[in-house]
Amino acid sequence: MKREIHLRLNEQDASLVVDDADTLLEVLRDRFKLWSVREACGVSACGSCTVLLDGKPVSACLLLAARAAGHEILTLEGLSDGDTLHPIQQAWVEERALQCAYCTPGFVLSVKALLEENADPSDDEIREYLAGNLCRCAGYAEILRAVRAAQEKIKLAATAR
Amino acid sequence: MANFSVVGQSVYRKDANPKVTGRALHVGNIEMPGMLQVAVLRSPYPHARILRIDKSKAEALAGVAVVLTGADISKMAGVDPHFGPAFRDQPILAVEKVCHVGDPVVAVAAADHRTAEDALQLVEIDYEPLPGVFDVLEAVKKDSPLVHEQHRPAKAFADLAHVKAGEQSNICYQFKLRVGDVDKAFAEADRIFDDIFTSPPAQHVPMEPHVTLAYLDEHDRLNVWTASQSPSYVRTELAATFGIPMHRIRVRVPYLGGGYGAKLYAKLEPLVTALALRTKKPVRYALTREEEFLTITKHKVVTKIKTAIKNGAITARKCEVYWDTGAYAEIGPRIGHKSGYTSAGPYKIPNVWIDSYCVYTNKVPAGAFRGFGVPQVIWAYDSQTDMIARALGVDPVEFRLQPALDEGEKFATGTVVRSFGIKEAIRQAAQAIEWSKPKPSQNGTRRRGRGIAAGVKAVLTPSISGAIVILNADGTANVLSSTVEMGQGSETTMSQIVAEELGITADRVHIVQPDTDVTPYDTITAGSRSTYHMGNAVRLAAAKVKAQLCEVVAAKLEVAPDDLTAGKGRIYVRGLEERGMTVGEIFLAKFGSLGTTLAAEAVCQPTAAHMDPETGQSEKCTEYWFPSATAAEVEVDTETGRVKVLQLYSVGDTGTAINPRHCEQQLQGAALMHLGLTMFEEMIFEEGQLINGSLLDYQVASIKDMPQLVRPIVVQVPHEDGPFGAKGAGETGALTVAPAIANAIEDAVGVRIRDLPITPERVLRALAEKNGVTDSRG
Repeated sequence: MKREIHLRLNEQDASLVVDDADTLLEVLRDRFKLWSVREACGVSACGSCTVLLDGKPVSACLLLAARAAGHEILTLEGLSDGDTLHPIQQAWVEERALQCAYCTPGFVLSVKALLEENADPSDDEIREYLAGNLCRCAGYAEILRAVRAAQEKIKLAATAR
Repeated sequence: MANFSVVGQSVYRKDANPKVTGRALHVGNIEMPGMLQVAVLRSPYPHARILRIDKSKAEALAGVAVVLTGADISKMAGVDPHFGPAFRDQPILAVEKVCHVGDPVVAVAAADHRTAEDALQLVEIDYEPLPGVFDVLEAVKKDSPLVHEQHRPAKAFADLAHVKAGEQSNICYQFKLRVGDVDKAFAEADRIFDDIFTSPPAQHVPMEPHVTLAYLDEHDRLNVWTASQSPSYVRTELAATFGIPMHRIRVRVPYLGGGYGAKLYAKLEPLVTALALRTKKPVRYALTREEEFLTITKHKVVTKIKTAIKNGAITARKCEVYWDTGAYAEIGPRIGHKSGYTSAGPYKIPNVWIDSYCVYTNKVPAGAFRGFGVPQVIWAYDSQTDMIARALGVDPVEFRLQPALDEGEKFATGTVVRSFGIKEAIRQAAQAIEWSKPKPSQNGTRRRGRGIAAGVKAVLTPSISGAIVILNADGTANVLSSTVEMGQGSETTMSQIVAEELGITADRVHIVQPDTDVTPYDTITAGSRSTYHMGNAVRLAAAKVKAQLCEVVAAKLEVAPDDLTAGKGRIYVRGLEERGMTVGEIFLAKFGSLGTTLAAEAVCQPTAAHMDPETGQSEKCTEYWFPSATAAEVEVDTETGRVKVLQLYSVGDTGTAINPRHCEQQLQGAALMHLGLTMFEEMIFEEGQLINGSLLDYQVASIKDMPQLVRPIVVQVPHEDGPFGAKGAGETGALTVAPAIANAIEDAVGVRIRDLPITPERVLRALAEKNGVTDSRG
């Protein structure tokens, strides 16, 4: 069945007609061409399609698009304009927390949610939170360092304000 | 070390911004007007004859453009329905029979993916199941069911020219090495160690599954965008398979979301090409993760290894290595050869006998996997070397150091080794884990132990890399190279090499992504070969450009070209920086304008000497070596069998590190990836059926699996012919992880694990056996 839904997508209002069977991943990629959202497992096991729904990480591959109605969705495209990187992205570049980087959008969004929930996570809390995001290049040491660096950058920015 | 300005600097990744913003181009982001989507019906049987396919209902479904079978492809004029890099044994779609579960049988191209899936439901197929063979040791027996009746060599690669047509056997390739008199050495031995080690099939799990897009352009030329590690080969293979002249095929590769060997040679390209040719429309096929598991695997390997000890030294080693290559040979013969000849280890052993067999079974095809088979053979030889040291009561580090080859000594193949930092790697690994400190005495159910492992890989030789460097009038450069950026940082490495040669900064170099219309031939992006081969090609091409610049400056300033050097975007007299010219000034002098470019091409083509087919002896079997060592500390819970890796140090001799941080990252990433392969990764087949082919059932290492202490250690033994002394780094960290952990487990609890992965069940069973308890679970 088709239905019209309304949502906030990357801080803009969006209205569209979706099929009940459409996943959020299909809609974000096929309709909105948001290529940072990537299908890699199809079963919510790898984190590559992570987007934030009202600030919380969800797997777009398993979430029906209809369920996003009335909610706020953030994809990596909505995090920065490309000219100025978000502090988490800056940390990712500086700590070289990316190789093939297919996993990067999902990681960056998960880390954003993590640091908003918990400004001072322990190493164990970081590991626990990011366990659902897989990096097959296994740049996990760099990723852990990048989370720390991002945390410092965000704190500094807050102090500066 | 020489004084470099860009080489040796850990400059930031050139691809960082597009990747961290999610804008990096991947094949999955490319759309064409009217593009069709693909779904494929796959065999549910491991071995069966196809009796009947009725696709009429599927063809009648609205939105379906074509329903294709192997029989249809066989009827296409001038098309070879089979492809493959060693043997042309793999059908584009099954012809007459299926050889493994997941073998593609029928493909549908339709307006959208759901229609294609719906159409598959309407296809009717009758199969007659055939007896299958699933175990590599069963498959080599004379009365075993045959996977293929005949073997047809592909002749695509120079190093595989010796692969022979064969028939009436599942063994598609055998490598032999014979040195000294092994029988005599065993007869005279004080002690003989005889063991069997196994390493299971596994999947690469690149986060981006395979994806290919093909279409005919306005000249009806075949255009292919594909997630491939070997664009040049894909073009060659498509030309051979479809009978299309090479200039009418264009293959392009954007950024890859990981490869690890999975995306080598041809995978989806022949099928997607067939669909595009039939429909005359753009066609894209993206594998699901489940299909990825049915497409390519890491070789399961069984190694029988027997070692003779006389007066405390290894006097002979006999290795029988069985490579389970699955239903299609893929690159198995190359692996059986290149890895086979290293399977006695990097040691001085006077008598060596190696038989390495590449064997068909009715399972998912096996191909290249980060390390190219070497991790599997090191798993056997280093584990056994450690067992021998402990059995003889000799320090395991000393036991390896003593016979380890030095520069100028001969490998088992008779090749003299150079740039061979194996001893340094072992010493660094021992130092990192504080090997010389005594192990603390332990009681209770959690026991700690330390292990060291060492091994070596040889680079694929011969192989070829070509490159073109184009210098612009503003002193920036464009580089045409077919090396694929799949995460290893090749764009950054190549930029640094070109920048160093031209005296500019790395940010003033752009690397053009692989495009067979413009980028020269490259054998493959794999096997840790790009930094050396492509690095040499881009360096030589840049040097040729520089020579042209120097010629102009020499004439203008009336100095000898040899007295000139490049730096800060200028060519100047060595030692007299103010006496020189900018690139712009040189262009004006040479061309009278700034609108032009200076270009040069270069090729790096190391050769190998003939290898005797009976003895495996060769004056030069490889261009260079990758010595590797790993040190691990583990804690074994004797009640649960759970092993926790507490420390992991990955040491690799990379030659000169062009970008030290990126070399470290390669070593450590490979090591952590292989930690997962060591501890839990295994594709489980039951009678040819894969039972854990999804990421819900097949676990790979997550950030939680990373040990508390991890550190990569780069050993730099420069190679005299490498670009600025560099070799490579992509696989070295992968090579020695598994035995280091198994060796640490023996150190902790005195049991030896011979089968990967090292699951808690295996450890518990070994502990029970050691304690004389019969394990009722079998």
